[in-house]
Amino acid sequence: MTIYAALGAVEQGLVYGIMVIGVYLTFRILDFPDLTVDGSLPLGASISAVAITSGLNPYLSLLLAVAGGFLAGMITAVLNTKFKILHLLASILTMIALYSINIRIMSGPNVALLGADTVFDPVIAMGVPSQYAGILVFGLFAVLVVSFIVWFLGTELGQAVLATGDNPQMITSLGVNTHTIIILGVGMSNALVALSGALVAQNQGAADVGMGIGTIIAGLASVIIGETVFGCKTILRAFIAALLGSVLYRLVIAMALGVEFGSFKFNPSDLNLITALLVICALITPQIKKRLIER
Amino acid sequence: MKRIMFAALAMVAICGLAAQSVSAQTYTISVNQFVEHPALDAVLKGFQDYLKENNIDVEYNVHNAQANMGTATQIAQQMIGENPDLLMAIATPSAQAVAQANAKAPENMKRPYLFTAVTDPVAAGLVKDIEHPGGLTTGVSDLLPLDKHIEMVLTYMPNLKKLGILYNAGEANSKANVAGIKELGEKMGFEVVEATAAKTADVYQAAKSLIGKVDAIFIPTDNTIISALESVLKIGIQNKLPIFCADTDSVERGAIAAMGFDYYKHGYQTGAVAQRILGGEKPADIPVEFQKDLQLHINTKASAQMGVTPPEALLQKATKIYE
Repeated sequence: MTIYAALGAVEQGLVYGIMVIGVYLTFRILDFPDLTVDGSLPLGASISAVAITSGLNPYLSLLLAVAGGFLAGMITAVLNTKFKILHLLASILTMIALYSINIRIMSGPNVALLGADTVFDPVIAMGVPSQYAGILVFGLFAVLVVSFIVWFLGTELGQAVLATGDNPQMITSLGVNTHTIIILGVGMSNALVALSGALVAQNQGAADVGMGIGTIIAGLASVIIGETVFGCKTILRAFIAALLGSVLYRLVIAMALGVEFGSFKFNPSDLNLITALLVICALITPQIKKRLIER
Repeated sequence: MKRIMFAALAMVAICGLAAQSVSAQTYTISVNQFVEHPALDAVLKGFQDYLKENNIDVEYNVHNAQANMGTATQIAQQMIGENPDLLMAIATPSAQAVAQANAKAPENMKRPYLFTAVTDPVAAGLVKDIEHPGGLTTGVSDLLPLDKHIEMVLTYMPNLKKLGILYNAGEANSKANVAGIKELGEKMGFEVVEATAAKTADVYQAAKSLIGKVDAIFIPTDNTIISALESVLKIGIQNKLPIFCADTDSVERGAIAAMGFDYYKHGYQTGAVAQRILGGEKPADIPVEFQKDLQLHINTKASAQMGVTPPEALLQKATKIYE
């Protein structure tokens, strides 16, 4: 792996890390497996790309993307809480609806952003070389997002979110409406995923309706790798682990792209297999550790 | 004696050096292919065959994004790090990822860049102008010569009033083609009826929705529909509804006819552009090319099954006839 590829992997890890933090919020904190993300990531990208090409400031376009993502998450959560549709099914329904909506937003499957204004321009204008601008901007966003989430979960409302995931019966008996909390939590999660999508689109030069495929896989893989490698004893540590898990996940993909053992070389088509093996390893390592200790 | 030995050694050394400078240079080309797919695989094969047949020694770093844009971006960054003589991307999303990575790379790491199998390079933001691409980028576009396709359909069915088009609205290439066919319809006096399928499982139903509404169906180079072509052909045979395609492989599978777009040749043509760039020409000065060779393939058995007779004029022009 070249230095350049490694830098690229860190950059990708940080920008998708914002999505992973969103996935952590639903998957681990709220105990709500949410597949909406495969649709809300391109939703954020579409909104941001269309806003930018119609002349809006790239930073303001992020706010629109966040709002769009929040709305998408809310819809999934309302379907689940108010209409009693199973969470997995509710999120799949929102996800497939978003496919059509994203094409509507972009009036087509793809909007090019090559050469358009992006969030990197002000940073590059300050003299940061363009290959580092991504790492800097995404790193900053990731730190902000982690700080915000950790602060939020410390507030009274945040405590209610934590409790809703842990013990819904107890929190209901305390007079908190769990429905509202779930709608808020899933909305926030998808707002982050959409923010990630908007930044991804600006980074790779296009929003594409197909760019969300596999988001949940990458998200869960990163969460699990992060937990296994960095631990999750405190809320702060858990979210940092999720972010670093994303970076690690991308680094492994970068390595898999260039792996050679003597005359043996992986085929380009082996990438999905390698990803799956990686996640399986991360999943079973804690169990093996536990068994060894028990002996 | 020593002197003679020395002279001989010197001679050998000089000959060796000369031989080395005559022997061909080895180039490195890094490839970002979006997905494994017969058409795109054929593009790469044609590309590599052209360079091989022209004795250009190339070492390839081939990467495949498995239809994932995040991976395509990572591959693009990896390719910059590989420091090749030429960057190449196959299909639009990969092409955009490479363009972006190349634009972001530091000045001394930027490389000439060639894209292929991209339908609308201007809309994709890859080049500003087809004739004068400028910058480090040029490529070969697989935009269908739609007028020739439609002309063929109309020769088959001169009384055509309504043409059904089956495609996936999520594929940028198809979207561009459908817009073009609609424009032609207005000029040539037929109506276009669209049916879309977002995934292969929806293709059968989408095709069914066209029964009774159209005189024939045309399928552009759409990955989703082509993957589930058999279900469309079945409907065509059951309802005597002629099915035309844009690619020749589909004719062998049972479509009536296609004004062949051979992706192998597409890659072969891209190879010729690569040769020019490796030879020192600037991509900025090489206009974006479109597919040159078209072949007419006809399936007479399928024609009979779907209730039409191939016109004599077309049969004579056909390069391949399936019976």
